[in-house]
Amino acid sequence: MFQKIIEKINLKYPIDVVSKKSDKLMFLTVHKNTAVNTVQYLKDDLGFKHLVLLTAVDFLEQGKFQLTYLLNNPDIKIDIGVRVLIERESATMESAHSLWPTIATYQRELREMFGIDFPDSPGVNDEFILEGWNNTPPYRRDFDTKAFAANFYHQRNSRENNDPSAHMKKNLYPNE
Amino acid sequence: MNKFEKFSFDGDRTAYPNKKADGSLDIDLSSHKYIKVWQGPNHPGITGNMAVELTVCGDEVVEAKTHVGYLHRGFEKLMERRRYIQNCPLVCRVSVPEPDYNEFNYSTCVENLAGISVPDKALWLRTLALEMARLQGYLMWIGGAAGTLGFGTVGQWSNYLRDLVLDRFEELTGGRIYHIYILIGGVRNDIPVGFKQRMLDNLREIEGFMKDIRKVLFDNYVFKKRTIGLGIIEPEWIYPYGIVGPNARAAGSLNDVRKDYPYGKYSELDFEVKTSKQSDIYARAYLRYEELLTDIDLIKQILDKMPDGGEFMANIPNVFNLEIPAGETYVRSECTRGEYGYYMVSDGSGFPRRVNVRGPSYTHAVALLERMLINANIADVAQIMVSLHTYPPEIER
Repeated sequence: MFQKIIEKINLKYPIDVVSKKSDKLMFLTVHKNTAVNTVQYLKDDLGFKHLVLLTAVDFLEQGKFQLTYLLNNPDIKIDIGVRVLIERESATMESAHSLWPTIATYQRELREMFGIDFPDSPGVNDEFILEGWNNTPPYRRDFDTKAFAANFYHQRNSRENNDPSAHMKKNLYPNE
Repeated sequence: MNKFEKFSFDGDRTAYPNKKADGSLDIDLSSHKYIKVWQGPNHPGITGNMAVELTVCGDEVVEAKTHVGYLHRGFEKLMERRRYIQNCPLVCRVSVPEPDYNEFNYSTCVENLAGISVPDKALWLRTLALEMARLQGYLMWIGGAAGTLGFGTVGQWSNYLRDLVLDRFEELTGGRIYHIYILIGGVRNDIPVGFKQRMLDNLREIEGFMKDIRKVLFDNYVFKKRTIGLGIIEPEWIYPYGIVGPNARAAGSLNDVRKDYPYGKYSELDFEVKTSKQSDIYARAYLRYEELLTDIDLIKQILDKMPDGGEFMANIPNVFNLEIPAGETYVRSECTRGEYGYYMVSDGSGFPRRVNVRGPSYTHAVALLERMLINANIADVAQIMVSLHTYPPEIER
């Protein structure tokens, strides 16, 4: 089944890497310029009409983001993940909101959490989860949550110890 | 004609906003024709905190915008800094009323990547825990949905019934809300002695109450009057808006992960996928009622078919040093709201590179809800929201 699908896609758009995970799940890596076209071809012509998710993976060491469009064909019941690698610096990707209205929500979240821009996507620059955030996008791997919390929030002193055994020890054996 | 227009109380539509060239509405707040109303973040329409910013003209909603972020704890980021086993007590917090689906999806992702095979008995116990989670999830929803329309008694009954299921969860797992029962490689415990009989007693009591709930709620004139023909999801919206679960099945879809992509022991259980055509609030509520009865039957089947004894945890070496090869996978299961999925990427380092949670509420409560509320009467907003069965934590993870 997957072999036929790969052959069909390859006739229209080149596939860089194919990794088959099971009889029901396969991932393809495609080029950035043809990614949305490949997704559209899968949706319109090959029946992968259910968008399961769109998310990003930060490969900081390689200076890349991997975007994964996970698509499902509800008739033949298989999933294909379309992966595309984009540059981490000034990360931009073509919007796919014309294919599914709901993908605008995913793109809005990726804009906020990873700093990936999707020009022309509806409401992509509106705040989604964070409010008044002007720091590094927090889901990037170089954003240090611990350092952020230490700098941003007031440091509380540790709580007073009311442990009974410590109290009695202090009263009974003050010199120890 | 728009289906929602019949619910408009105002026949004069000259006051309603025109569309601009880009398709957005031309709403001039200084014209005093419109009022902004914030529904939430605390209100009966949603389990958890989420707000909907409504722009209202008279009684009618002309624009709706979902605001989330009140429950954001950065689960996906936290998971990247913990070893695989350390995430087991964390993932259940993503969806408070039904934590078991998170535990199942997360553990199965790790097992797929590491090539761990789960013992047969553990699969039965997992299926039991997932069906119990579904049962108490539906009981909680029925109480919330009834409460939204003023049927407080039904809410009290269903909370009592949910407590019975939580008693059994406490007996099985030690916890009532968060169970941390499904771990990588299997489950934590076998069922206790006498569990089956106590569970069957509880199920009998729940079935008895469900007959009363049907009479009090589903045969009630007020409930019908306020739900039939309202909040319609068009069948052609299912894929564009990523609609899954009972929301899609009430619109005629037959998609159910338990049938389409069987996991656990569902392939050995006998059940039918419930569906409906009406696709209004009443149809969705009644479908959930029917699915609840199916869950009771499934739990009985599981208890009958589950073998006594047997290993319930795979033989895994030190869980703190699990060797997970680089790779990626996606695992889905059917929760009360529909397809619930985990996408996991491993780089072979001992920590997940990325975990992404695909909650059904992500699409239902944002794009779909914003669409459904247009032209709705403001008095109906709460039940439209509750009819989608949304859990905000899985939107913002």
